[in-house]
Amino acid sequence: MKSIGVLMTCPMHKYLEQQLETHFNLFKLWHCNSSITEFLKTHQGNTIRAVVGDTNIGVDAELIASFPNLEIVASYSVGLDKIDLRKCEEKGIRVANTPDVLTDDVADLAIGLILGVLRRICASDVYVRIGKWKDADFGLATKFSGKSVGIVGLGRIGTAIAKRAEAFGCSISYFSRSQKPFANYKFYSNIIDLATSCQILIVACALTEETRHIIDREVIDALGPKGILINIGRGAHVDETELVSALLEGRLGGAGLDVYENEPEVPEELLGLGNVVLQPHVGSDTVETSDAMADLVISNLKAHFSNKPLLTPVI
Amino acid sequence: MAESTDCHKAQQDFPKVLILKPIPFINLVGEQYFASNKFTFVEAYDSSLPLHQFLSTHSPSIKAILSSVGAPPITSDILHLLPEVGLVVTTSVGLNQVDLLECRRRGIKVANAGSIFSDDVADFAVGLLIDVLRKVSASDGYVRKGLWATKGDYPLGSKLGGKRIGIVGLGNIGFAVAKRLEAFRCSISYNSRKRKPHVSYPFYESVCELAANCDVLVICCELTDHTHHMINKEVLSALGKEGVIVNIGRGAIINEKEMVQCLVQGEIAGAGLDVFENEPDVPLELFAMDNVVLSPHVAVFTPESFLDLRDLVVGNLEAFFSNKPLLSKFGDW
Repeated sequence: MKSIGVLMTCPMHKYLEQQLETHFNLFKLWHCNSSITEFLKTHQGNTIRAVVGDTNIGVDAELIASFPNLEIVASYSVGLDKIDLRKCEEKGIRVANTPDVLTDDVADLAIGLILGVLRRICASDVYVRIGKWKDADFGLATKFSGKSVGIVGLGRIGTAIAKRAEAFGCSISYFSRSQKPFANYKFYSNIIDLATSCQILIVACALTEETRHIIDREVIDALGPKGILINIGRGAHVDETELVSALLEGRLGGAGLDVYENEPEVPEELLGLGNVVLQPHVGSDTVETSDAMADLVISNLKAHFSNKPLLTPVI
Repeated sequence: MAESTDCHKAQQDFPKVLILKPIPFINLVGEQYFASNKFTFVEAYDSSLPLHQFLSTHSPSIKAILSSVGAPPITSDILHLLPEVGLVVTTSVGLNQVDLLECRRRGIKVANAGSIFSDDVADFAVGLLIDVLRKVSASDGYVRKGLWATKGDYPLGSKLGGKRIGIVGLGNIGFAVAKRLEAFRCSISYNSRKRKPHVSYPFYESVCELAANCDVLVICCELTDHTHHMINKEVLSALGKEGVIVNIGRGAIINEKEMVQCLVQGEIAGAGLDVFENEPDVPLELFAMDNVVLSPHVAVFTPESFLDLRDLVVGNLEAFFSNKPLLSKFGDW
């Protein structure tokens, strides 16, 4: 397999890079300014048989067209919004992702964001560090235990979040494309009804054409001044402009965000707010999970090139 | 006019409940919510008299004391000056600021905050732990300084799932912490004064042994003579270089100097601290560390908890003055 050309779209994880270098003939797109055109000036397009992409730079139609021998896309992510799945299917290109191994970490972060916002943990850490505790007590936060939690998308991650929130005595309800027969939680077929009924709304669904800006002004207003929004999905799930104005005007109580519409850009207005917690897209960013995701990418590639079934196929 | 004088006079006859130092919780909730027709507060701090004189002057009518964290301790000296006191109510769960032996000797009843804070404190402990492991506060600061765009991704954190959690003190709060962390796929073990009979978590006789067998220590016990500086260099070394400590008990349970040294030298991986030995003083070395999360003793500070506490405090006092059983009696006397 050492002769098989694999293109990595951007730096993702050193360990993954090393593993790809060990097992395959690795090409790094960022050495050509992340430009396919640049890459093709010095490399033959038909050398690439596999591409490893992530949530930053995925695999679009242009890339697929540039590599006629492309057989498999192994995404270093569970999300598939950066992959032109239709094109892959059309060309018979296999697609694999990294489900399950990152579920726990993302769900943990969702709870961490809730506690960060409601209990003002990040704000109180700053308060202590700048020496304000000596002058005055910090004041009150808001209790988490027992609050009502609404989950948008009850997939693997949504279910894991629900399980954790239940341990805090929270009531769980959800909105999904269809009701889940195994789930013991209240189902809402309308996202406005979900937002009206809960105090903490968590976005945990996949980004598709239907779910783009699923959190809009109407949903935010339904969640209300005492409600908080947690986004561990994709930035494009939320109408960011509406979110910012709702927070500034007090129409929304707070937000915990791991994703944004134009990463790594974060709306400037959020940077000074005490009722938000901002994370730089770190949902699965632990050493343990990053390594596990990398191993899964490698395993899928090896399986494909040994004519064995993919471990986590999408197409 | 006469009516209001009568009312005023009646209130003056109410039994007095002594408060030695302003209680932030009362101000935060609002003094009016503590009004009762069974008692009235008398504030020693409002008087220009020195404390002993104030107490001697008012002692015939002082029937109970409301104590809080950070207030002067209720010592045998103070109790000696107040022979009419029959009840000490605290706004905290911990009773290290009350001379319990003296209370028992004098037949003075004691009521604390029971288990009303357990959820909030447990929530906060979990929040601190996730923050330390996943670097939530540190990377939040990173984003706010605009560094994500300029310096790139933040360094990786550590997974919570699968971590071995050692609970020090498996009371109401410790149990609530354990129950929550189990949902995150953590395994739980504990050290307590005694093994708990109906608990399936592994029990360790010594806190050092507990530390050696877990990745995270969560301090949930009371501050007593026995637990003072119980967490020291030896325990922290046993916890190890990848270990994390979370303290939502009392600062003095940990030997703070030794903990700071361990952090500075990388002998443990991080800490989440809501309490310190000399609040509000926090060791300066901690301010430079991004593997430490600090909070100003706020694990109970939610309006929901405070309203519950208000109900409990007023409820205990009214029960006492009506000769009814206390709501959250501590001790067997």
